[in-house]
Amino acid sequence: MQLDSKCPTGPIKDQWTDHKNKINVVNPANKRLIDVIVVGTGLAGGSAAASLAEMGYNVKSFCFQDSPRRAHSIAAQGGINAAKNYQNDGDSVYRLFYDTVKGGDYRARESNVYRLAEVSTNIIDQCVAQGVPFAREYGGLLDNRSFGGVLVSRTFYAKGQTGQQLLLGAYSAMSRQIGKGKIKMFNRHEMLELVVVDGKARGIIARNLVTGELQRHSAHAVVLATGGYGNVFFLSTNAMGSNVTASWRAHKKGAFFANPCYTQIHPTCIPRSGDYQSKLTLMSESLRNDGRIWVPKNIEDVEAIRKGKKKPTELSEEERDYYLERRYPSFGNLVPRDVASRAAKERCDAGYGVNETGEAVYLDFASAIERYGKEQATIEGNENSSKEEIIRLGEQVIENKYGNLFQMYEKITDDNPYKTPMKIYPAVHYTMGGLWVDYNLMTTVKGCYAAGEANFSDHGANRLGASALMQGLADGYFVLPYTIGDYLADDIRTGPIPTDSKEFDEAEKAVKTRLEMLISNKGTKSADYYHRKLGKIMWDKCGMARNEKELNEAIAEIKEIRQDFYKNIFVPGSTSEFNPELEKAARVEDFLELGELFAHDALHREESCGGHFRDESQTEEGEAKRDDDNYTYVAAWEHGVSPSDPILHKEELTFENIELKQRSYK
Amino acid sequence: MSNQAGMNLTLKVWRQKDGNSKGKIETYKLADISEHMSFLEMLDVLNEQLISEGKEPVAFDHDCREGICGSCSMHINGEPHGPDRGVTTCQLHMRKFKDGDTIYVEPFRAKAFPVIKDLVVDRSAFDRIIQAGGFVSVNTSGNSQDANAIPIPKAEADKAFDAATCIGCGACVASCKNASAMLFVSAKVSQFALLPQGQVEGKERVLNMVQQMDDEGFGNCTNTGACEVECPKGISLENIARMNREFLKAKIHKE
Ligand SMILES: Cc1cc2nc3c(=O)[nH]c(=O)nc-3n(C[C@H](O)[C@H](O)[C@H](O)COP(=O)(O)OP(=O)(O)OC[C@H]3O[C@@H](n4cnc5c(N)ncnc54)[C@H](O)[C@@H]3O)c2cc1C
Ligand code: SF4
Ligand code: FES
Repeated sequence: MQLDSKCPTGPIKDQWTDHKNKINVVNPANKRLIDVIVVGTGLAGGSAAASLAEMGYNVKSFCFQDSPRRAHSIAAQGGINAAKNYQNDGDSVYRLFYDTVKGGDYRARESNVYRLAEVSTNIIDQCVAQGVPFAREYGGLLDNRSFGGVLVSRTFYAKGQTGQQLLLGAYSAMSRQIGKGKIKMFNRHEMLELVVVDGKARGIIARNLVTGELQRHSAHAVVLATGGYGNVFFLSTNAMGSNVTASWRAHKKGAFFANPCYTQIHPTCIPRSGDYQSKLTLMSESLRNDGRIWVPKNIEDVEAIRKGKKKPTELSEEERDYYLERRYPSFGNLVPRDVASRAAKERCDAGYGVNETGEAVYLDFASAIERYGKEQATIEGNENSSKEEIIRLGEQVIENKYGNLFQMYEKITDDNPYKTPMKIYPAVHYTMGGLWVDYNLMTTVKGCYAAGEANFSDHGANRLGASALMQGLADGYFVLPYTIGDYLADDIRTGPIPTDSKEFDEAEKAVKTRLEMLISNKGTKSADYYHRKLGKIMWDKCGMARNEKELNEAIAEIKEIRQDFYKNIFVPGSTSEFNPELEKAARVEDFLELGELFAHDALHREESCGGHFRDESQTEEGEAKRDDDNYTYVAAWEHGVSPSDPILHKEELTFENIELKQRSYK
Repeated sequence: MSNQAGMNLTLKVWRQKDGNSKGKIETYKLADISEHMSFLEMLDVLNEQLISEGKEPVAFDHDCREGICGSCSMHINGEPHGPDRGVTTCQLHMRKFKDGDTIYVEPFRAKAFPVIKDLVVDRSAFDRIIQAGGFVSVNTSGNSQDANAIPIPKAEADKAFDAATCIGCGACVASCKNASAMLFVSAKVSQFALLPQGQVEGKERVLNMVQQMDDEGFGNCTNTGACEVECPKGISLENIARMNREFLKAKIHKE
């Protein structure tokens, strides 16, 4: 099968407008005749469902949480990018486009990224109109902060709860449509199968998580906005329920999975503290605006600190290694995430980690507190304030900016980050890979769309901070509602899709058999047991640095766990009740297949790019080395006869507007 | 670290098969619980233990485990989200308990929040209240006016934000002897009342949301203030006062 990205041609700045003018539209009266299923109520799914319903389509929305407002997007902290140039610091649609393509290490489609940058400004207008309370300056205008990998301030935020505020905006918009009956909402429902009729996605099989009932839902198109699959690592910053099932089921029904190995490991998370750990907590990247990252210069100090004989605050400036500032003088602490994460790993692997596990570096606010304190004292006209007074003032400024994050840190670690530096370590955070989609966001299954983190489209091999929220809302508010019309225009006379076809019969039967197999297996091991085992392999062998030998080992080991899973899994209870263990087991089963595809993809890509670092492909200074001659393509995998035989398809990437360069943040 | 000897605990947990069955408290013993664990990680340990004994684990709602999704919802020793202040159950850490403690764990109790299973309750009444008016009626369009067209004084914007940080957990209802939802509803009403974008529909919004709140079977507010104490997000009682003013204004206007 030849992959057709359907990217428009012509000058990049006109492509989206021209495309919209050319594609089919469904007239308002006919939209009433068309049903659309949207799985997922995060930023992507929530905004898509609301917009589609406003346009007149009949929407059915699904989420596994008890309310659409609880989708994982709620947890996003730091902010959302938009090329508004309110700060007048030279930002523009082009610059956001350029930064995103460069940040993604030249592994994203130019056309998609340009469109994303272009609609970014509409997002902010839309959200403000909905009543999203973004942070403001004293003059009443919107405030911005800067995020890693860029030199301008274009990030809009609402303290450390930007995702929450944006999601509640989308949730409000959805609620309005639910109230009007244009969206039928199915909370606590999980999609377990995609139904394909005559080559077209025509519905899903969902399980009512309260009663266990399997249901058939039909529609003219199915949108998957089901989030990322970072939980294949077991420990990640994702919510506990985040999973790959919807995407994976679609994959097994013919949707290609693109670049599964592109994972973002976020540099600033709270280090793990014990084996019981169930998830990791992110400390927003915005902290790197003011926090300085360091480890001790001398190994003796590291040992003294680990033994509790020395405190980090006792080390003088000369005794500290601000390694990001040292290695990357121009971007310093604001290098992109992949670079910052690897640099932390490099120091910790060299033995400089500052906690018992050896996996932690410092994120220090002392300089910022002093700087802000002095500024504030000057503003208040007390330039001769005492040191204590300055610190007090500085701490206030920091509290205003990051109060909730500092509180969160203290609650978890019992350390006061105003007084002693935070300890942080990289953790799995986001997956750039996902279902392959064309410019219209359609997967390789006709009528099945993917939006938000579930698709692969815009971030290449590494995502810049504050760009996932932007992409989710761009897809849902401004892209999908238009592009889906191009496909649905052919369906205005189709009429409702019946659910008594043999395709629905078969799909439901397959789900039933699968769940009953899980429940009736006479094993002894819990779903978490397998999930942890898989996660450990993923982290050790497919994590921040990867090599041929370990990837091959990972593939073999994942296969073994999978076999063991089918022999020894134990799921208590029955299929016909509220059964969280059954939900988990079914998700882990899919992760066990995805994990292997992930490793195959990482193995085949013998270059380093963005979040994918191959030990075999680095410069003498240890920086990532891309291989543009051989790997400037999207790897789109087709499901083969078994999870061990994926079939590779390549979508070549061409760069007409941006020149390919090795990334440098020096 | 986990290798240090941890706490021994007795858990008294509400077990209820489903909405139609009667529930009861069961007793479980847990050994070697690390003080660094979160409360939910402690329950994970309990569940692993139950599963290894071939028993049914305790069902509870949770997702983000960082205090923002509002899923987790349980009464711990008689308080929603437990003894610590300003945190959700998932952010509560075992260092707040000591060796030998007995801990009671029950679902949120309110007529409008029926139990689904064990510690899981149905809070969809909150969603229906939002559907009744918790939005600004603006369609998605690529041509909304520029975001900076209407400056909003920082103080007002910050207050609106503070109200908007409600996570919809329901602890306010669970803590209230009347099972009133006033804190939750007033937080949403306040957010919009404080912003210019919310003005146009202000009157209808407050009337519709309050009507729906009453229809769902939440109780009246008698100003005991328990909700503010137990709210993990520090949502202030001022919001209730503001909603009452908005409500009166709207009522008078209507009559
Ligand atoms: C801690 C944290 C902080 C972050 N901070 C930022 C930030 O500051 N800026 C930024 O840009 N990005 C940030 N991100 C990334 C960003 O939050 C996510 O990429 C984004 O929110 C994903 O949105 P989504 O709509 O694609 O999916 P999600 O929000 O993950 O939503 C998935 C939805 O799908 C549903 N679902 C999934 N599977 C099924 C199924 N089988 N059946 C039914 N429903 C299903 C779920 O119920 C949910 O409603 C952060 C991520 C994390 C983890
Ligand atoms: S007001 Fe507080 S307690 Fe009530 S739902 Fe909101 S966050 Fe929870
Ligand atoms: S699990 Fe999300 S708030 Fe507790």
